[in-house]
Amino acid sequence: MFELLGISPQALFGQLLIGLINGSFYAMLSLGLAVIFGLLNIINFCHGALYMMGAFVAWFALKHLGLGYWPSLIVAPIVVGAFGMVLERSMLRHLYKLDHIYGLLLTFGLALVIEGVFRNEFGASGLPYGIPPTLSGGQNLGFMFLPNYRAWVIVASLGVCLATWYVIERTKLGAYLRAATENPTLVQAFGINVPRMITLTYGLGVALAALAGVLAAPIYQVSPLMGSNLIIVVFAVVVIGGMGSILGSIITGFALGVVEGLTKVFYPEASSTVIFIVMAIVLLIRPTGLFGRAH
Amino acid sequence: MRAKNSVRALGLAAAVVLAAGTARAQVSDGVIKIGVLTDMSSLYTDLGGQGSVVAAKMAVEDFGAAAKGMKVEIISADHQNKPDVGSAIARQWYDADKVDVIVDVPNSGVALAVNEVTREKNKVFLVSGAASSALTSDKCSPNTVHWTYDTWALANGTGRAIVKTGGDSWFFITADYAFGHQLEADTTAVVKEMGGKALGSVRAPLNTPDFSSFLLQAQASKAKIVGLANAGGDTVNSIKQASEFGIVKGGQSLAGLLVFLTDVHSLGLPVAQGLIFTEAWYWDMNDANRAFAAKFAPQDKGIHPTMVHAGVYSAVTHYLKAIEQTKNDTDGKAVVDKMKSMPTDDKLFGKGTIRADGRHIHDMYLFEVKKPDESKKPWDYYKLRATIPAAEAFRPVEKGNCPLTKS
Repeated sequence: MFELLGISPQALFGQLLIGLINGSFYAMLSLGLAVIFGLLNIINFCHGALYMMGAFVAWFALKHLGLGYWPSLIVAPIVVGAFGMVLERSMLRHLYKLDHIYGLLLTFGLALVIEGVFRNEFGASGLPYGIPPTLSGGQNLGFMFLPNYRAWVIVASLGVCLATWYVIERTKLGAYLRAATENPTLVQAFGINVPRMITLTYGLGVALAALAGVLAAPIYQVSPLMGSNLIIVVFAVVVIGGMGSILGSIITGFALGVVEGLTKVFYPEASSTVIFIVMAIVLLIRPTGLFGRAH
Repeated sequence: MRAKNSVRALGLAAAVVLAAGTARAQVSDGVIKIGVLTDMSSLYTDLGGQGSVVAAKMAVEDFGAAAKGMKVEIISADHQNKPDVGSAIARQWYDADKVDVIVDVPNSGVALAVNEVTREKNKVFLVSGAASSALTSDKCSPNTVHWTYDTWALANGTGRAIVKTGGDSWFFITADYAFGHQLEADTTAVVKEMGGKALGSVRAPLNTPDFSSFLLQAQASKAKIVGLANAGGDTVNSIKQASEFGIVKGGQSLAGLLVFLTDVHSLGLPVAQGLIFTEAWYWDMNDANRAFAAKFAPQDKGIHPTMVHAGVYSAVTHYLKAIEQTKNDTDGKAVVDKMKSMPTDDKLFGKGTIRADGRHIHDMYLFEVKKPDESKKPWDYYKLRATIPAAEAFRPVEKGNCPLTKS
């Protein structure tokens, strides 16, 4: 069978694994988007810019504060998450009652502003950020050479995704959150501070983006454009998974990483478009996405 | 505005007619208008971008245009790496904004489009940022001068040097557009001519963030050399990830076929050290270049000039010299003919010539990236491995099949 496809099984397994690694970035970013959309009804177009900010905070911490990779994994999400909460308090909250398009326009504009500021400050070709020494090198798996850092990315991303899913779908806090989106007035009547909860949720979604940014820093260049290169794909992932579906976005993220990886073997020219082809097909067959529920 | 310009033009024309006693058309509307068309927002911004505008301005200043009574204006625009956007801007500039010459245009796809528009409008196109050697072969134009480098020169310099030291089997990771295809084709030709072989290639879309799939294919090919036929951010990401995937540790070598100073800066020396590649110009090679860099960097966010920036400076200088002689910027072909008939000479590229096919001929250099402990100051990145003399650096005119050379 492998001979028929014109590829050795080794190469195929290698590409599947690579696909999973890229998928883990898609999953983490689309998860943040899904949380924000599902609970705040905001299409957060500045997600890519916030992901980029996460990487820049890590770079800045290393260069100017001497903080290494591991502390950055904590610090960057907190810093960028706090920035996100300021955005939510000062701007986004005025838009909840309006049509989606207003939130989309505002966040799109914010993304352009943030990226423009960083590009002006740091240029477009990016800044170097090394792989932490403990994770440099790699394992020879027989069918491919797996860099240790990439293995760590899969583990970290899976862990974060599952933890987020668990908190939202299986804990009391998550139940409050979901209730607050269904009927904020009623939940508020039970003595729960809904606006604060919404702010924290937005902060959490943004923190996830920043975390993905730190994870990405050693692989990609820390560059003002890194977010905009990724965000469109991530939106396609969210749409395919079903807007607002948390588990859907995780599974779709990983699955599309694999689809893209395989395309890079069989027809690399199409690797940047294949996700959109999948999106078009899914929308034709299931307009609410693979895991979405009709409203 | 337009009325004012034409009044001014009339005045100028009258003055020159009185002074020189000739009745030929003069510098259009009294202003030589230079349009810097470049990438202002994406992966080629740092190697061209605002820096190219700075370089053009410095060329005008150093030429002393004002003192010579030439009024020069510089405008700029972002082509977004889209050939349709680029050619639309070129048309707008030529038709409505009275631009006389377009310079730079990194991204061969856009440059090939602008090449055609310029020919159609009979203006001048000075290419610094774009690489495709097609600009001086089958797509050559009497209105275009290809200044700084091209894919053939890169392939010839780097490919030859690497095959000579034993790297005789190649696998290419190629940017999937005009430039990458041409660079791969030119390098393959050199490798084959030297007795090596090309084992295969993979086409990666422009602006790909993740090269791991392609690197894995390169690894599986068992080629001794992985040739990176890409540029800017793509080169940076592929080199960085190649080091992650242990390509070099596994016994394969990387050949960056087009590497710019800003790419090395962005990669950092620990990752970039040992890379060998061909360039046309380096800021730390002599006092004139260093003086240029010292003046340039503060105007471009501290970025030191790349060969593209230096090429813009040098090309604009030579263009102004030609205009000074012809006193006429309306007939693009005549200006380019003048440029071809005069030897080039400026402080950055030294003495050179422009061939009938529009190729500017000058020395090229084979550089190696320094080890971190060899670098003594900021932006101190290259050491010179070899100088490729002008006569050998570019494709011989008869091999280019440029229609202009067959009369």
